[in-house]
Amino acid sequence: MTRALTPALVLLVAVLFSASLAAGTIWFAPATLVRALLGGGVPLAHEIVVEIRLPRAILALLVGAITGLSGAVLQGLLRNPLAEPGLLGVSAGASLGAVIAIYYGFAATFALATPLFALTGAMATIAIALALSRRGGTLALILAGVAVSTIAGAGVSLALNLAPSPYAAYEIMTWLMGSLADRNWDHVVLAGPFILIGAAMLFATARALDALALGEAQAQSLGVDVARARLLALIGTAMGIGAATAVAGTIGFVGLIAPHVVRPLVAHRPGATLLPAALAGAAIVLAADLATRTLPFAADIKLGVFIAVFGAPFFLWLVLHLRRTAP
Amino acid sequence: MSALSLDGVTVRRGERVVLHDAGARFEAGRLTAVIGPNGAGKSTLLSVAAGLLPPDAGTVRLDETPIARVPRRELARRRAYLPQAPRVDWPISVERVVALGLTAHLPAFGGLSPHLRARVAAVLEQFDLAALRDRSATELSGGELARVMLARAVVGEPEVLIVDEPTAGLDPRHALDAARRLRALADAGCAVVVALHDPDLALRIADDAVALRDGVVVADGAATTVFTTKVLSALYDVEMRVVHDAHGASVRV
Repeated sequence: MTRALTPALVLLVAVLFSASLAAGTIWFAPATLVRALLGGGVPLAHEIVVEIRLPRAILALLVGAITGLSGAVLQGLLRNPLAEPGLLGVSAGASLGAVIAIYYGFAATFALATPLFALTGAMATIAIALALSRRGGTLALILAGVAVSTIAGAGVSLALNLAPSPYAAYEIMTWLMGSLADRNWDHVVLAGPFILIGAAMLFATARALDALALGEAQAQSLGVDVARARLLALIGTAMGIGAATAVAGTIGFVGLIAPHVVRPLVAHRPGATLLPAALAGAAIVLAADLATRTLPFAADIKLGVFIAVFGAPFFLWLVLHLRRTAP
Repeated sequence: MSALSLDGVTVRRGERVVLHDAGARFEAGRLTAVIGPNGAGKSTLLSVAAGLLPPDAGTVRLDETPIARVPRRELARRRAYLPQAPRVDWPISVERVVALGLTAHLPAFGGLSPHLRARVAAVLEQFDLAALRDRSATELSGGELARVMLARAVVGEPEVLIVDEPTAGLDPRHALDAARRLRALADAGCAVVVALHDPDLALRIADDAVALRDGVVVADGAATTVFTTKVLSALYDVEMRVVHDAHGASVRV
């Protein structure tokens, strides 16, 4: 089971990725799709596939993967199955940054203002959370994260409260719901490097996470630099989730659930959970984005909302089912 | 040969002095019991000795090298440490938990070599865990978990083994079993340092002893010189007698 898991998830992600390129208002046959990707065929097909669907699919892949990965790392680091990227205030900080950009009209001035502000917000919150918990341990970190997250959330509420016009409030609300609509290569170029560097940092914690299953004292006695692992996990999460939130808004819940779905299949080893959790996260977001674009009733539902409404019950069932059946 | 020594170690927690000018030597092939009432600083002494807690003053040496200068991974390979009431946070299998004891032996990339796998299997056998190999570590009884943790600590064949209260929460049979296993490790050449709250059990297995009270080492040396009516009574503030009879020495309250 364990050995087949990663290849199976890679295959699933590949299928969903290809389907994301082929499906939509206009459906493409595989042959047309390949020709469009290679630059030949009908100009319109090329335009749709390469300029609209490809960046969107790449973003869905990146956002889902980093969210699942970060959730798995944080759950292992904090030894808490309820941990998720939102817990440390990164998503809330990114949201606040984006809201500031929309509220003060920077978003109207240049297109990438919202993601840039969101990224700054994410970095600022994680810096504050780190500074507050510098001398404490894991619990101090969670508390600091929750505090920073609450403050950032209050800032978002305040902006909604004082919004100069209903339109501004609507724009903020829409952004907060999380979506991949109308994203282009600029967004990929902006978020991609941060997500990749963040992912590299998160993957580097794998062995420390395994040892941390025995608690911090034993992990340290086994030669694990716990402080370094914590720093890698936090900064990796800030960069990855900050960038993901910056381009896609808040996509909650994937970070919480993706690690739980795969954990029983890797014998609960925290380090071994990382890659499958990233793939599962990517599959969830790709599938959800595909659904919002193709299912007739879902056309007007934002991605973040769709994942919450349809994903949560399904994956809750899946986690409970796996817990009953897996050893 | 001296394996591990503490010299003039002082540890402060805020204003409070937890350890004051403490010194001790832990020799290879000997089992040293660290005894004293609750809050005497036993756990702190053990953390400092393990190199996990840098002292505010004083030095800890591993074979004459200051422990702070021993590289992290080398230190992890040479000394093992078990904190009080160790537990496992995820339902990982017993075999995996024991294998975690080899974290510092792993190559930069890749998993356990066949040689290390064989060592895990041998330790599982040695600690009577072969039947529990695939059991989840969160479902074990207290006695079983104690054995798993001890196996985890010795799988790397450390020169120094530091164990904090291995018998806490164990019934007499399992406590005695744990104590015998520690004794056997010392006989095999390891320097074993163990904090024990039960002076009677300590007397049974220890070669040397360090008696701590209020952060001060009040007596140390061969067990016969520390386990005396006078030292123990002063240490625990209750009348204690060391009785020698046909069954060996024992401590009576």
